[in-house]
Amino acid sequence: MPEAPDVPAPTAVSLRPPRHRVSRTAIRYWRVRAVSGWLVVVAAQIVWLALTDGHRGLHALAMAVTVLVALAHAIVMPQWRYNVHRWEVAPQAVYTRAGWLYQESRIAPISRIQTVDSERGPLEQLFGLADVTVTTASAAGPLSIEGLDRATAERLVDELTTAAQATRGDAT
Amino acid sequence: MTAADPGAWRRLDRRMLLIHPIQEIPRALPALLAAFVAGNGSGQGLIWSAAALAITLAFAFSRWFTTRYRLTEDRAEVSSGLFRRRVRAVSRDRIRTVDVTARAMHRLLGLARVEIGTGRSDREEGGGVRLDGLTAAEAATLREELLHRRPQAHAVPSDADADAQTPLDAPAEPPEIELARLDSAWVRYAPFTLSGVVSVGVVIGFAFNILNEAGFDLEDWGPARDLADSLGHAPVVLVAVALAALALVAVVIASTVGYALSFWDFRLTRHPGGTLHVSRGLITTRATTIEERRLHGAEISEPLLLRMVAGARLIAIATGLRVGRGAERGGSLLVPPAPRGEVQRVAAEVIGTAEPLTCPLVAHGPRARARRYTRALAGWALLAAALAIGHWAIGGPWWLPVLALVLLPIAPLLAADRYRNLGHAVSGGRLVAAGGSLIRRRSAVAAEGIIGWNVERSFFQRRAGLATLTATTAAGEQHYDVQDVEIGEALRVAEQLLPGLTEPFLERPS
Repeated sequence: MPEAPDVPAPTAVSLRPPRHRVSRTAIRYWRVRAVSGWLVVVAAQIVWLALTDGHRGLHALAMAVTVLVALAHAIVMPQWRYNVHRWEVAPQAVYTRAGWLYQESRIAPISRIQTVDSERGPLEQLFGLADVTVTTASAAGPLSIEGLDRATAERLVDELTTAAQATRGDAT
Repeated sequence: MTAADPGAWRRLDRRMLLIHPIQEIPRALPALLAAFVAGNGSGQGLIWSAAALAITLAFAFSRWFTTRYRLTEDRAEVSSGLFRRRVRAVSRDRIRTVDVTARAMHRLLGLARVEIGTGRSDREEGGGVRLDGLTAAEAATLREELLHRRPQAHAVPSDADADAQTPLDAPAEPPEIELARLDSAWVRYAPFTLSGVVSVGVVIGFAFNILNEAGFDLEDWGPARDLADSLGHAPVVLVAVALAALALVAVVIASTVGYALSFWDFRLTRHPGGTLHVSRGLITTRATTIEERRLHGAEISEPLLLRMVAGARLIAIATGLRVGRGAERGGSLLVPPAPRGEVQRVAAEVIGTAEPLTCPLVAHGPRARARRYTRALAGWALLAAALAIGHWAIGGPWWLPVLALVLLPIAPLLAADRYRNLGHAVSGGRLVAAGGSLIRRRSAVAAEGIIGWNVERSFFQRRAGLATLTATTAAGEQHYDVQDVEIGEALRVAEQLLPGLTEPFLERPS
């Protein structure tokens, strides 16, 4: 097939996954986070059940559905996420992939980095994990790496901030 | 607390221990009141509110204890948060602005708040790096330290931060080129902008309010009663049609008046200094100046009604100009609703080439087409099902689910139109992304305005081998999407626009 500029050439080019995985501990962290989220929903349903009289059958059905979905989510999601979540720092660019059902790969040039943030929520502190977020001048473009172990996160922040400094200018 | 060692962690000023609680208590007031009321029920209101107050104070104090900052040779770092630890690092070269503000309380204690601005466009809470509470002297020193020693302190003028919308007081030098001016015939597009719907609604609501406030009872008013009586005898359909016609006329008039008010004396001019200038308005006049080096492209947008009469409008894609909502589109509107040909001509003038706006688009293929149909139909079916279940469980109006079913044939029409409009191209070093149906858009973004790429793939998109390619930018909407494009083509487009960026991450089957 001729490669006219207007016709999409049927290529099989694809994005390879970024090199590094996040910490294995992240699997447990995601599971605990998912379960605690679902516990809130179940608790709300128990309160609802206790407070109202009619529609018992409907309530029981809703509860059963919630528990099933929660179980499936807590079992399937963490491992799936672990397989998807990856990151890589190349000489010119940062490359991340995240998500599970809905996956998103993001690429940003190192020369366009504005800030590098690391964040540890209460649950992440328990697991010794941290998130690293790289922001650019676009509100749509922050690259987040979730579930790194603390040492890696600190090293990464250091590496990226230094690399960003190496490019002069204000990067918009 | 002067820094002996420049790289050491420093704290905020101790006097912030006084200010933090005063800042925190008003914010926690609703919670404190709730604690008091809830506690009152059990007869222990005071204990509860005292406990809540203690927690609030503890939080307030913790802000001082947990916030630290430091400046090193190459970066500024701020670490904060009690339960959610957060470290934000900014390369010193990226620092654009340092704002020092002191409110009344701060000034009383001789303190100031320092906000370090970078080129980030999102100005939401936590967007910038903020140090609340340094002595005024420390703040001044810090500003010096941050902005001083910058290699290109003023060689690089700030970009997104500086206000791009500067009102023009004095007329600019005469040799300006007029790119467009309002043609009074354009007002025929006004009724198709629907801008009048809101105004008519507002006027009716306002009138009713006044009548209510004045204690005027419409039902007791003779003429209204007579009218209601005579209407009562007329067939319902006739009344409905008459009311609809009346509303339509009102909307048309309001839209036309609104168009005239907003776009009166509209002119788009190019000035030799490298700026575009938009001025318009009858009562409220508006003048917007856009630096052309910040203008990264333009978008032609055609809402369905306007498209039916071959009208369109032109919107600038520029950094520092956030895209507004509604008919006026903030300061980014370059051409108000006008004939499509005229809009295309002006767009070509503005971005310097006509090709991106008229070039044929690459279609996204049968799988993208199939997705348009499944999404439209599934969405509609889900809505109908939800309405039906709602009717069965809670007992909503019965005609809602029926209406949803009756209107089902609209879904495929919409899907067909969405597919027809969907496409992309790379033309003249610009990404051309097109799509939409209720509002059809075609945006052309220059490669130098594109910062990075997001490749989004839902479960179903992966199965279909498609992806949504998003160009992130500091201009306009911040992101411009090419929806449901074949993954290989998406990467080809990305590589073509920013050569070398995606290259190391590509995988070619050998």
